Amino acid sequence: MSWENVIGIEVHVELATHSKMFCGCAVSFGDEPNTNVCPTCLGLPGALPVPNQAALESIMAIGMALNCTVAPTSVFHRKNYFYADLPKNYQISQFDVPICIEGHLDVTVGDITRTVGIERAHMEEDTGKSTHVSVGGRIHSASSTLLDFNRSGVPLVEIVSKPEIQSAAEARAYAQSLRSVVAELGVSDARLEEGSIRFDANVSVRPAGQEELGTKVEVKNMNSFRSLERAVQYEIDRQIELIESSGTVTQETRHWDEEAGVTRSMRTKEGSSDYRYFAEPDLVPMRMDEEWVERIRATLPELPADRIERYVASGLDAGMAAVLSGADFPTRTLYESTVAEGADVRSAANWVTGEVTARLRRGDGADEDDLLTGRQLAELIELIDAGTISSSAAKDVLDGVLSGEGDPGEVARSRDLLQISDTSAIEEAVDEVLADNPDALESLRSGEVKVLGFLVGQVMRATQGKADPKLVNEVIRARAGD
Amino acid sequence: MEDFTIAIAGARLRDGSLRAVDLLAGVLKIASDTEAQIHAYLNIDHAGAREAAERADNELAAGVDRGPLHGIPIALKDNMMTRGLETTAASQILAGYVPPYDATVVSRLREGGAVIVGKTNLDEFAMGSSTENSAYGPTYNPWDINRIPGGSSGGSAAAVATGSALVGLGSDTGGSIRQPASLTGVVGMKPTYGTVSRYGLIAFASSLDQIGPLSRTVEDSALTLGAIWGHDPLDATSYRGDYPDLFSQIGAGVDGLKVGVVKELGGEGYEPDVDASVSAMVEQLSASGAEVVEVSLPTFDIALSAYYLIAPAECSANLARFDGIRYGLRVEGETAEEMMSRTRASGFGPEVIRRILLGTYALSAGYYDAFYGQAQRVRSAIRDDFARAYQQVDVLVSPTSPTVAFEAGERTDDPLAMYLSDICTIPCNLSGDPAISVPIGLDSRGLPIGFQVMAPALGEPMMYRVASAVEDLAGFQDRPSLEMVAT
Repeated sequence: MSWENVIGIEVHVELATHSKMFCGCAVSFGDEPNTNVCPTCLGLPGALPVPNQAALESIMAIGMALNCTVAPTSVFHRKNYFYADLPKNYQISQFDVPICIEGHLDVTVGDITRTVGIERAHMEEDTGKSTHVSVGGRIHSASSTLLDFNRSGVPLVEIVSKPEIQSAAEARAYAQSLRSVVAELGVSDARLEEGSIRFDANVSVRPAGQEELGTKVEVKNMNSFRSLERAVQYEIDRQIELIESSGTVTQETRHWDEEAGVTRSMRTKEGSSDYRYFAEPDLVPMRMDEEWVERIRATLPELPADRIERYVASGLDAGMAAVLSGADFPTRTLYESTVAEGADVRSAANWVTGEVTARLRRGDGADEDDLLTGRQLAELIELIDAGTISSSAAKDVLDGVLSGEGDPGEVARSRDLLQISDTSAIEEAVDEVLADNPDALESLRSGEVKVLGFLVGQVMRATQGKADPKLVNEVIRARAGD
Repeated sequence: MEDFTIAIAGARLRDGSLRAVDLLAGVLKIASDTEAQIHAYLNIDHAGAREAAERADNELAAGVDRGPLHGIPIALKDNMMTRGLETTAASQILAGYVPPYDATVVSRLREGGAVIVGKTNLDEFAMGSSTENSAYGPTYNPWDINRIPGGSSGGSAAAVATGSALVGLGSDTGGSIRQPASLTGVVGMKPTYGTVSRYGLIAFASSLDQIGPLSRTVEDSALTLGAIWGHDPLDATSYRGDYPDLFSQIGAGVDGLKVGVVKELGGEGYEPDVDASVSAMVEQLSASGAEVVEVSLPTFDIALSAYYLIAPAECSANLARFDGIRYGLRVEGETAEEMMSRTRASGFGPEVIRRILLGTYALSAGYYDAFYGQAQRVRSAIRDDFARAYQQVDVLVSPTSPTVAFEAGERTDDPLAMYLSDICTIPCNLSGDPAISVPIGLDSRGLPIGFQVMAPALGEPMMYRVASAVEDLAGFQDRPSLEMVAT
């Protein structure tokens, strides 16, 4: 029997606003526990929430980038449940009137791009963080729990896809696309390892062609794109195997065990959770009037899909356009400014994504801002194109620029890397090499063209790489008599 | 001690014939004479009050005038956060809790130079109508110490009635300022929802709670409200527009005003003395030139039912934070869940538990629409009823309470009878409109009767105008006999 997968992804994005969702405490990762707290985010008696305008603008931007409609009015609800790291024992969240509804995101796996629907994006507050400790260090034998409320009240956007994702690879691609959109908007640190983006997957399977949906299982605890893909694939396989061996899938929440590579039942009483949502009486309904929405829309940066399209139109091939579009902001800025200085788009893209990125990754030039400007890189490319320096010498010039030795022209001169284009000097060097290698000259004369490369190499070595290889080539051929 | 009002004391503090420390000493003398019988206070802040009074004297002598409450002894219901001063909401679950911050009203009082005498008793978390639901014992009525003072702001009402404070703050969710004011013969006022910040008020039902003054006179009420109201950026439900001048209409009389008598609030279930006294006042208003009409607001009959779904629903969430984890009482257990549940079971009193259960039930899946949803629809209908009424009349009037002060223990075993105490006051909480209770006389047993004046949202100037006229017409000067109360 052939099976069809029905996958929906819920993504939680922590916003990188200065202050928390409903109070003035700092949003800051990694501080001493319980230092960014106040009556409101500790749930002290009498404290009240006041919504963070910047967070609302961030979720509006996310919604727009995901092609959602921003609702003209929206309401916060209380989601009631008791948990030690939830200070009020209710979470201020949204229920039936979220801020963003009905969007979509293009997702590419291999050569196939599909559009995945987005049901909603809503605003809520994060909980505190529990750390279970015991002598053995095992959760099961935890003897006490430490609570850190620094995260309590950090603005959180929950983005819920429609159940339109069809494979584990597509689930991963969806999550990656979503992350790049959020990172592009600059509204979140978007770091998986710090938990500023978290994924849950709803997975079910059904026989191909069947209308009715299979029983859905929620899978949690995936902390990388790879583990998301693995967990979803595991869950698909598990469900199919279960059904094919006459079992039934139970509606439940399962925990992904990264080490064992399996999902495990969390043994929660499913259906027993009644959050008793009701409209948050401490807050008034939000109104997102058209003027506000348009003002936010005007601040939206170029999104990855649009940028790739622009790069391709300017002459880059699709592969390079995608690589460059996925590069970080400083890298792209360098590319854009290099091109703006008149450099060829392909040369600029090659240098930026190749040699420059490799050096910056190594940490060269990490101490100062703007060590390499677009003007400098454009100059470097021009020096190569004009034959003033060779491509290999250009890498040394780049090192010099990154060490703060000056502009490419200056570095080429001071490091003595200018290409020798003076024919007489080259002739002199060629003659010396030919005199030292009479056999090779003979071979060349008798038609063995492959020794040409060897001879050119010898001349280049003799000139410490400064000779123009094209000229060297011509001179050797002339001497060989053809 | 002289029978001071804020206005009189304020004038004498400024002309140098009275010192704030002496005024405070007089108030504390009354407290020490009466507290054993009345128990208006949970906690008197002798040191803090003395310091504030001394500062007020120094400032006033130096010509620094912080406004009408400068140097005035004020009592605060113990559900308002006072930095460094124990605040319990009369609950075991907050026994010994010392807040790290001031409620906005408290900050405003401090900035205004008021002298905070202490924290007054209340029904636990403001849930009740007699101040008998306090975990620290009931408050008694200075007019008859076998009777209750009403509630839940019974402590502040009793303090103002006995003179152990010149003025008090209460909170009113379903009548908790106006009903005890009525039962103790003082003026009690609930402002328009959103005009007094709730920041730092321990929430009972957020969409209904509102802080307001209990005072000797209508003028004192307006002076106190003026000092505490105004937009607060810390309360997202705080009103942002213009605040009217509270004194702009006081003294203008009622000639030419249209006064609506609420048909549904009177008759069966109302004590004859209450009905008679209220009718007599309506007659007097008419004789003073007001056009009196009977107005029917049919939704008032179901307001109580709606209230007892909405308020418990909100309280079930508001009180969820009292879990023993971060502050307050903790009763240990094997697991965090067990600890929370033991803490709550032993920290909350029976009425609080009853309302949390009611509210939890009303919000539950499958019941939400029939209970909470329906109650919200009733609430809209009540607002519509009010809006229609205010197209015809300037103010609405009624008794504040169907009865005078009842005997201690009389209704404690019958929650529904207790809930009926608030039948006249609840509609204005559901609509968010302002209302005031003014004492107009005593019944045949010598117990005070209150008259309620209701006005549309932000209609405080009109409300105070009519209340002031009622006060003048009633000429109510009686005070409880302190000799009888004093030990």
